[in-house]
Amino acid sequence: MSYGEYYNPEIETLSRSGIGALQAERLRATVRHCMNSPFYAKRFKECGLTPDDIKSPADITKIPFTTKQDLRDTYPFGIASVPLDKCVRLHSSSGTTGNPTVVLHSARDLDNWSTAVARCLWMVGCRPEDVFQNTSGYGMFTGGLGFQYGAEKLGMLTVPAGAGNTLRQIKFFTDLRTTVVHAIPSYAARIFEVMQQQGIDPRRDTALRILAIGAEPHSADTRKRIEDMLGVKAYNSFGMSEMCGPGVAFECKEQNGMHIWEDYYIVEIVDPVTLEPVPDGEVGELVLTTINREAMPLLRYRTRDLTRILPGECPCGRKHKRLDRMKGRSDDMIILRGVNIFPIQIETVLMGYEELASDYLITLETLDDNDFMTVDVELREGINVDDYNRLLKLEKDIVRRLHDEILITPKVRLVPKGSLPVSEGKAVRVKDLRKQY
Amino acid sequence: MTVHQLSIFLENRSGTLVKVLKLLKDQGIQLIASTIADTAEYGICRIICSEPVRAFDILRDAGVAVSLCEVFALELDDEPGRAADAIGIFAAEGLSIAYLYSFLLNGKGVLIFRTDNADKARDVIKRNTLSFIPEKDLSKLL
Ligand SMILES: [Zn+2]
Repeated sequence: MSYGEYYNPEIETLSRSGIGALQAERLRATVRHCMNSPFYAKRFKECGLTPDDIKSPADITKIPFTTKQDLRDTYPFGIASVPLDKCVRLHSSSGTTGNPTVVLHSARDLDNWSTAVARCLWMVGCRPEDVFQNTSGYGMFTGGLGFQYGAEKLGMLTVPAGAGNTLRQIKFFTDLRTTVVHAIPSYAARIFEVMQQQGIDPRRDTALRILAIGAEPHSADTRKRIEDMLGVKAYNSFGMSEMCGPGVAFECKEQNGMHIWEDYYIVEIVDPVTLEPVPDGEVGELVLTTINREAMPLLRYRTRDLTRILPGECPCGRKHKRLDRMKGRSDDMIILRGVNIFPIQIETVLMGYEELASDYLITLETLDDNDFMTVDVELREGINVDDYNRLLKLEKDIVRRLHDEILITPKVRLVPKGSLPVSEGKAVRVKDLRKQY
Repeated sequence: MTVHQLSIFLENRSGTLVKVLKLLKDQGIQLIASTIADTAEYGICRIICSEPVRAFDILRDAGVAVSLCEVFALELDDEPGRAADAIGIFAAEGLSIAYLYSFLLNGKGVLIFRTDNADKARDVIKRNTLSFIPEKDLSKLL
């Protein structure tokens, strides 16, 4: 059967001016709708904002920011813009401090969310003939149900395999002829490892062709490596529970930036300190405003994710802006002896070595009242371990290149493959054992 | 002139060497000689054993970081000073040695060494008529 390239052709190929007009209209309607939210009604009153002040998308700067703390303070239902009888679903993300955050969805929200996910999956070539296996945890985590509904809406046979149980996942791949998988990158690598142990060659023994990866920062090299291992095309997915979940932004077949659906969101990149907008191409904090949401719209939500907008047009024909891969979260940032370090910087250096496998562990410790960083890196299988000098040279070289990147001299320890903790969920990348003062 | 040696990368954590030795024992592999070079963080254990290729497969399949390499094996008469003589010859010939170790097997001294210049080593051994041990003879000595 033959299909078109786009899932929502008119919207996906809408011109920039078309997107601008749509956003102006939807932003004004959203602000008007937010008057029903006790939280936003109070906010608007404080700053004297009315829906009529919104004439173009640029007027968004008149609206104050919303933060994660605002979500905690209004826990559980204080930020919603509809009464609870209009809500049909709740997702929650656990907080390490204070209240968790709660996100409410109306029936229309769920339908719109599914459409966004279906649009993403269609964009990378998923069609109703495909078999989609989701290795996300279900329940509160939005990567489970979010992909489930989207894949079903697209029309794929959708297998809610859930997280973990790698042997069963692999059995489903071969028995059900799974063609599309959603997994976090570290789990995709784990799947391959177990396949190897089982003597299964993904190219020969499975029909896998598309992998949706997200929820965990990873470098371009990691993606390439996973593609080579599994014999698939891997596409980055970006989502967050506050904005529904998956389906916010997704790579197209160009694999060069993730299109963010601008009929759903207004995207801003701001300097995390001054909160002033930065030009396209510069890294800053991602700020999102939902303009297609009923139960719980969020205005200028500070995501804490650092990224940039890729300048220029995408050859795929979609005019929706593209986000670069996430550069880490401002929350994940390690501050060591006053220097800001993102784990992805370290990962990028490590992935440049063919002698190393993909797992690593950053440990922060205090020795004699000084803070130190140790990076444990796994040697790849099959490398020559007889030559002590070569290992020593490798270690020194990694230290030097890490220093060039993060301006701190870490200690580097080579460890045998398989000796770092492997989790079926998110990989443990940072262990902070520092003395707290 | 050369024999197979297993080189195993070990974390300096108790139990890692025991695990390797047990794997070999369980499969009936006999150790002929072993040596460990270690630093604060890790060690390299080098093993000469019966059926080295099979031993390599066993360890690799068990997820051990192992390499199979060829090292030179010289036979030394069981007389004092033989090892010193051999090493003296290498030094005089300007042959750089990455590592060496020796052991006694059934009354015969065996000197194992690795160099980055294998061609030169072969040449030195031939010209100085040093006697070497073919791999098949190692197991016979057991
Ligand atoms: Zn594109």
